[in-house]
Amino acid sequence: MQAWMWLGPVIMLFVVLGFVTLAILFERKVIGWMQSRIGPNRVGPWGLFQTVADVLKLLLKEDIVPQKADETLFKLAPVIAFVPAFAVVAVLPFTDSLVFADIGVGLLYFIAISSITTIGILAGGWASNNKYALIGAMRSAAQMISYEIPLVMALVGVIMAAGTLNLSGIVEAQKEMWFIVPQFIGFVVFFIASLAELNRTPFDLPEAESELVAGYHVEYSGFRFAFFMLAEYVYVFAMSALTTVLFLGGWNPLFGFTFLPPLIWFLLKFSLIVFTLIWIRATLPRIRVDQLMQLGWKVLLPLALFNIFLSALLKEIPGIGSYY
Amino acid sequence: MRCTDIYIHPSLLGQGLMVRISFDGVTGMEYWANYSMTAIFFLLGLALPAAAFTVGRWLRPHHPSAAKIITYESGVDPFGDSRVQFHVRYYLFALLFVIFDVETVFLYPWAVAYDTLRQDVGLFVLVEMLIFVLFLFIGLIYAWKKKVLEWK
Repeated sequence: MQAWMWLGPVIMLFVVLGFVTLAILFERKVIGWMQSRIGPNRVGPWGLFQTVADVLKLLLKEDIVPQKADETLFKLAPVIAFVPAFAVVAVLPFTDSLVFADIGVGLLYFIAISSITTIGILAGGWASNNKYALIGAMRSAAQMISYEIPLVMALVGVIMAAGTLNLSGIVEAQKEMWFIVPQFIGFVVFFIASLAELNRTPFDLPEAESELVAGYHVEYSGFRFAFFMLAEYVYVFAMSALTTVLFLGGWNPLFGFTFLPPLIWFLLKFSLIVFTLIWIRATLPRIRVDQLMQLGWKVLLPLALFNIFLSALLKEIPGIGSYY
Repeated sequence: MRCTDIYIHPSLLGQGLMVRISFDGVTGMEYWANYSMTAIFFLLGLALPAAAFTVGRWLRPHHPSAAKIITYESGVDPFGDSRVQFHVRYYLFALLFVIFDVETVFLYPWAVAYDTLRQDVGLFVLVEMLIFVLFLFIGLIYAWKKKVLEWK
């Protein structure tokens, strides 16, 4: 490992932190507008420094470790949750040359590493030794493992069409047709499951504030709490980028509009996904826990399995078979 | 091995931040460079919390008091042990997860190799996977009928 190799990842770390800062502000603004409010507008012009102020506040807050908590695990849990969130960013291809780790098993790496966060959340809830935290953590673990199955199964169709797990290769395979069209069922299942994996509305049961106070991070304060939130928003970044790469053709331009550079195309599609996530949060109510489990196992999983064999059969049809 | 191309572009936009060193097309060096990149991301992911908590320790107050470090329970004094026994349904979902996760472990390489295999052995490759998935799907239907998937 040479010193120059650190430059790119360090820049990427600041890009991701910058994204999180702006995404939180943007989310609050957009939800504000959708609810006929103004949203944050006091700190800096247009409220631009609102999140910066929030982070500084968290940095200066006392770090309270409850007496009954398992201290080591309590302090370690936010780190366990955050590290994989940033580690998955390594394999995301933003353009054909802007990719940090162009590894052959990119997609598998993303899926495998991202599931480690569940352990961080479970550890945090358990170590807090608090009833709300433990219930929140158990719910969260149950939800995340239940939706991970449809999430990964929905991607089998994409892998069959691309014939590779390398994310750049998957984007290259979408030169003719973005996978959202031939793999529409896969996309819908993947998108719903990714909402649940991100613990976002309508699947934000783990932190249902009206029933569980805040869920698994109820005992956390200051910067340890901030790292759980940071992990959540870094996953918004990573998951939106992954959706763009897998289904929206990555950096490939729409209608051959090549006058915009590939990175701009990527960012446009990526922003569309981020906006949709916020839009859904402002629109849909939280679903009940029994509906949550039934949707995952009884609807999404059979649908994802059906999609695999449908894709395989459609491969046989002359004419459209080449898109599958 | 012959070095076919090396280019380094530290500029942020457009061109790659990574250095590509190729030997005869694809290569050991590039392979290692790519995997060390994932290691660097892991280390940076550890460095950020380490740095933030260290700086935080210099800045934040630290005055624990008996009332402050008590377990939060909506303002009431906590009673009983928080680490209660959990409903068995959590474990059933965990078991189902393991079964289907193992299934994906088999599905992924199958999907990658699907086109090649289809040219070699024809649609048998599809039928084979269909049989495997059906067996596990029967398991899901069994769990469904046994009302394991209900959450009451």
